[in-house]
Amino acid sequence: MLAKQIKHLIFKELKLEMRNKYALGGILLYVVSTIFVSYLSFKKIVTPATWNALFWIILLFASINAIAKSFINETKGKLLYMYTLASPQAIILSKIIYNSILLIVLSGLCLLTYSLFVGYIIQDLPLFLITLLLGSFGFSSLLTMVSAIASKAGNNFTLMAILSFPIIIPLLMILIKLSKNAIDGLERWDLNYLLVLLFLNVIIVALSYLLFRYLWRD
Amino acid sequence: MRNNWWKIIAVVFVLYTLIAGFLIPVPAQPILHETIRNLYFHVPMWFSMMTILFISIWHSIKYLNKSDIQSDIIATQAAHVGMLVGALGLITGSFWAKYTWGAWWVADTKLNGAAITMLIYLAYFVLRGSIDEEQKRARIAAVYNIFAYVMLIVFLMVLPRMSDSLHPGNGGNPGFNKYDLDSNMRMVFYPAVIGWILFTVWIFTLKVRIEKLKRKNLINE
Repeated sequence: MLAKQIKHLIFKELKLEMRNKYALGGILLYVVSTIFVSYLSFKKIVTPATWNALFWIILLFASINAIAKSFINETKGKLLYMYTLASPQAIILSKIIYNSILLIVLSGLCLLTYSLFVGYIIQDLPLFLITLLLGSFGFSSLLTMVSAIASKAGNNFTLMAILSFPIIIPLLMILIKLSKNAIDGLERWDLNYLLVLLFLNVIIVALSYLLFRYLWRD
Repeated sequence: MRNNWWKIIAVVFVLYTLIAGFLIPVPAQPILHETIRNLYFHVPMWFSMMTILFISIWHSIKYLNKSDIQSDIIATQAAHVGMLVGALGLITGSFWAKYTWGAWWVADTKLNGAAITMLIYLAYFVLRGSIDEEQKRARIAAVYNIFAYVMLIVFLMVLPRMSDSLHPGNGGNPGFNKYDLDSNMRMVFYPAVIGWILFTVWIFTLKVRIEKLKRKNLINE
């Protein structure tokens, strides 16, 4: 039942996204132009710490921009209609899954352009890709929930940023640590950090699943 | 009188901390010297903050279950008082850092955790301020409070244990309980912790009463 609803809702999101491609194009262009701006200001970056930090900051801002619209764009009538059809749990889970797909595409593009312009210094690509994958999923679940909260409080973009920055920091710290290991090629597969990252993702999804039903009702 | 015994304990313990904390001899430690007395003020602030923030989250959960506006008042006021003791903890810690580590602020997981706590609860107040309707504000703030608190626990409990730190109790630095705390200091430290926690809870109950009276006046007007 829940799985079926989720499947339909994801297809709905995909269809809507395809219908006005400019939103998706806009966010992809946002990443590329941000990277180009940083390339022109930094030229090549060879210090791993700087490379890593800049990469994640660009990805963080792009993710916030991409996900902020996931509830803000919905009109009140459309939301009401959706809530009569599907359970709130299905709605939040479908949004999280859809946003994860979006962020995985986004982070892939980010990695490609960033390596092309700013320089490619990663020693351990598989570990970096796994970090990126788990990171995209974590960003997406956390930011989807925050955007649901922010959308209830006047659809304010500033609010989205100040609500999400402090609570995304634990996730960001672990991601930066893991990807730094991947860049240096040291401490291959430090399972501790990967486990904490996985655990954090599970907690965020569980909290969203439990708490979202208190949010959508007006 | 029967219900106020803990307030008397709070006053006596805090007064005792102030007097004994400055007068009773402390072990002479290198670098720390007399600043070790800050232990009686800095550390209990964080204990008080965690206690009061736990009260806040507990009442947020209660609000989501029962939709009783009283729980929302309690959760908000607890968060306010939590910010107050958190700020005091930061200030006392900053002075301590200046005289032992040589800087007002150092990059350190524990210090960052404290700063993040402040940011999260400031964001919580901004969120509350941006919603007008009372029930809706209470519900959404409660959701954010629970969500943020869990992330905060991860930040404060898990991450510092995974990285090195200057702060006592981490990364090879001895915690005070192991080596430095002699029985003299213990005699002040434990009452100090209990005293400051009770004192904070007292401030919090007063704030809740003031807020309830304010709401009552609004209804009567």
